[in-house]
Amino acid sequence: MARFVVPLALLAGWWAASASGFIKSYQLASPRDVVRELLDLAQSGLLWRDLGASVERVALGFAIALLCALVLGSLVGGSRIAERALDPTLQGIRAVPSLAWVPLILLWLGIGETAKITLVAIGAFFPIYVALVSGIRGVDRKLVEVGTIFGLSRFALIARVLVPATLPQLLVGARIGLTQAWLFLVAAELLAATNGLGFLLTDGQQTSRTDEILVAILLFAACGKLSESAMRLLEKRLVGWTDTVQA
Amino acid sequence: MSAARIRALRKAYGTHLVFDGLDLDVARGERVAILGASGCGKSTLLRCIAGLERSDAGTIATTGEIGVVFQEPRLFPWLDVERNVAFPARNDAERARVGNVLALVGLAHAAKRIPKELSGGMAQRAALARALVRDPALLLLDEPFAALDALRRIELRAAVREILEFTRASAILVTHDVDDALALADRVVVLAGSPAEIAFTGQVGETATRGAILDALGVVEVRSRPAPARSGRHGASYTS
Repeated sequence: MARFVVPLALLAGWWAASASGFIKSYQLASPRDVVRELLDLAQSGLLWRDLGASVERVALGFAIALLCALVLGSLVGGSRIAERALDPTLQGIRAVPSLAWVPLILLWLGIGETAKITLVAIGAFFPIYVALVSGIRGVDRKLVEVGTIFGLSRFALIARVLVPATLPQLLVGARIGLTQAWLFLVAAELLAATNGLGFLLTDGQQTSRTDEILVAILLFAACGKLSESAMRLLEKRLVGWTDTVQA
Repeated sequence: MSAARIRALRKAYGTHLVFDGLDLDVARGERVAILGASGCGKSTLLRCIAGLERSDAGTIATTGEIGVVFQEPRLFPWLDVERNVAFPARNDAERARVGNVLALVGLAHAAKRIPKELSGGMAQRAALARALVRDPALLLLDEPFAALDALRRIELRAAVREILEFTRASAILVTHDVDDALALADRVVVLAGSPAEIAFTGQVGETATRGAILDALGVVEVRSRPAPARSGRHGASYTS
């Protein structure tokens, strides 16, 4: 019960402030206006268009990031030579605040879908990569020895020992990467977009429609929360065997 | 034919020479306990036989499958007990043994549990079952009871004893516990020195008595004496 007290109080305060005229609608739309706008957008189909566009960008960008992180992370985690060759460069790139790439990406890729998906992928890549490398490094040598004693081939050792042992870390990295993907999606869509939840934000700003802005913010919150919960469920299902205190 | 035959084994870590020309034979069906001070090379010897360490010179010949039980259970945390035990199985015959070895170690009821749900003693039993799945001719036991409390230790020792009788496998038990050695082994070997050499070898029930082993280990056992009648520390009364 306690968890609902603060949100409900905020909602009540918001409603009271806009109903009494204390806050003007061009500063902050009332809860009623926000709900009405949400329903309007849903009815006109614009909601599904924008939501669909954003979800698609996040999904594609995240998938690309996951793939790249799996390849590069396995290489760097599995081979000292690859580590020396690749890791310093990747750490260097990682040190750049990722949004600093935006101008270059826009120059190279224009303002189309490719640019947005690339930006999302850059954002999601590093958390997954870092988690995977440290996961591979952290595999218990004693378990690897068990595989060695039973004469496992290199491939079997990877498939039966290293992959399952690394999975918990990888999933944590993927969860953080997905959160990052949403963050970078906002940046990408704020810059240049004709649809998507970020477009709703800029559109609302340009037309001084705070109800539209708030609808976009609420949808972002819902999407972020949903994808995080989905990842946590996946973690529970796949790596519930870990003997650690769950955060 | 012997289960393990070690000749002129030489092993060094950097400049530290662990063995320099060690010979050891384990006969088929024989159970040998290796004792020695911490860091004398007992575990290194076992790791060389298991193929986890490369020897620098000399030969190690073993016949048949080798099973290893470590100080820690080393179960795969993502597999339940049954799958952990089935991990080394390569064919249907070995997979069919899983149920038998689980029953043998007394874990048939816990087959579906995962390692984090096991007590230390149960986990070590599962590790023992896993080592038995390939029907090894030689069992290498590296301080298998060291991580257990005194009562679990007695239980597991009895279980291992029964299993060794039942499977008739040869075994090399590395331990620092004289009682483990006397309870489980046919022969006791004491390693000492640096590089380590065999300082003592004797059959249990013949020359390998508790006293002789402790002697070879260089341990002086202090016999507890009856407490003095009048102790000055706590109980003494000045008025009586």
